[in-house]
Amino acid sequence: MKWIISTLLLGIHALGVYLYQEKPLEQSIADGAEIYQDFCLQCHGSKGEGVAGAFPPLAQSDYLKNELEASIRGIKYGMKGPIKVNGVKYDGVMANQGLEAEEIADVMNYVLNNWGNKSSKQITPQEVVAIKKTK
Amino acid sequence: MNSKTFFSLIFSVTFLSSCAQENTPKITTPANPNYSYETVVSGIDIPWGMAFITANDFLVTEKSGELYRVSAGTKTAVTGLPDIYVRGQGGLLDVALHPEFTTNNTLYITAGTNIEGDSGGNTALYSAVLNGSQLEAVKLLYKATPNTKKGQHWGSRIVFDGKGHLFFGVGDRGNRDENPQDLGRDGGKIYRLNLDGSIPEDNPFVNEEGAKKAIYSYGHRNPQGMTLHPETGALWETEHGPRGGDEINIISPGKNYGWPKITYGINYSGTPITDDTALPGMEQPLYYWVPSIAPSGMTFLYSDIYPEWKGNLFVGSLSFEYLERVVLKNNTVVQREKVLADIGRVRNVVVGPDGYLYVGVEGKGILKIVPQS
Repeated sequence: MKWIISTLLLGIHALGVYLYQEKPLEQSIADGAEIYQDFCLQCHGSKGEGVAGAFPPLAQSDYLKNELEASIRGIKYGMKGPIKVNGVKYDGVMANQGLEAEEIADVMNYVLNNWGNKSSKQITPQEVVAIKKTK
Repeated sequence: MNSKTFFSLIFSVTFLSSCAQENTPKITTPANPNYSYETVVSGIDIPWGMAFITANDFLVTEKSGELYRVSAGTKTAVTGLPDIYVRGQGGLLDVALHPEFTTNNTLYITAGTNIEGDSGGNTALYSAVLNGSQLEAVKLLYKATPNTKKGQHWGSRIVFDGKGHLFFGVGDRGNRDENPQDLGRDGGKIYRLNLDGSIPEDNPFVNEEGAKKAIYSYGHRNPQGMTLHPETGALWETEHGPRGGDEINIISPGKNYGWPKITYGINYSGTPITDDTALPGMEQPLYYWVPSIAPSGMTFLYSDIYPEWKGNLFVGSLSFEYLERVVLKNNTVVQREKVLADIGRVRNVVVGPDGYLYVGVEGKGILKIVPQS
């Protein structure tokens, strides 16, 4: 009896994971590209190059790579204050764009897999939901 | 490469470079500025709109959805705002005091809202009565439709003409192919209403079938600067172009300002939007910026605080992070100068009741420009 319940629970969990991962990475990246055009491109540039001194680059950005959670938090809640990206200091304001969790996951997947960026791990909406305003 | 490809390549290179050509006069930076600034209030990320009750008592909107009353340097959050829909460039936008505010305490705000319960949002105009730090009698006067999840181009500024009307703008809401040139749709328009929100009987399209009767002018991309010329009473406007092609316009009733049929700008990707910079029946800008400065708020200065600047136009630059002083001669831009170079993204500029220039800078707050004696 016990093992039946365990198997059942495992099955439900697997189904959950399956449904959760429903959106393939390619689709998430494609959806993220649209979000990027709408909400990010004006400051961060069409190739993620940023604007020297004003808006940090996303292409091959060490900050993005090392501070993934802070990056997602920044998109979700907005961010301000000094950060260092590829050795350059930035001290600006990124406004909260009002994106939904799925949109944030999509745009992260787009950014993490473009302009020389490569990420093996897909960001999921659940991951975004779990990130709180302060650490 | 065959000859056809070659010539089209040559053509596009010529075309693109001609579009991207820097417009004159060139911006200059004074070597020894004879002014400094004081921070009047800090801790505001995006100070979009500003309205002065007295020189020491004013209202500031924070785009994320806060309205502050700043009295003698202390800011208090004003309660009672309608639900604000924050997305992309939208949120709480401008605030303006009713011309008879001293007797009726009435103010106006523009904001992104969703009152329909579907998804997305669009720009709305509200009036409300300010009681201390509380809004009462909040009344919706206009709501642009349809709602959309697009992040772009909400406008907006509120300006009074001194003849019982108010103007406000709504950008094309990221739908340039449908909105700006269609009088039956909201977006890409300047609107004119009576102060109670009703539609003036002499609005230019009141008799046009299917037209939104509140429309005053159309063919705009994203009007984020608007002011009344203190001497001529004309309505002046700045709007964001795409890459290049930001504009200064004088707004006349019923006129078509051309977006996206004509523009001096190109797509962010570098591809052309249209071959035309002029077409019959469409207004030319008084001036266009190439490269784009991303013009935010604007004001004319006619006070005696800065004698050398009297009569000049001031425009905030978001992208180049300065306040632009524009010298005009017979409605032609003859000089452009950086004020507060590298200060940060300038969101707004107004002249206070004391005649000083007050500048809203992102991440910094409100700065007051003080001439050096």
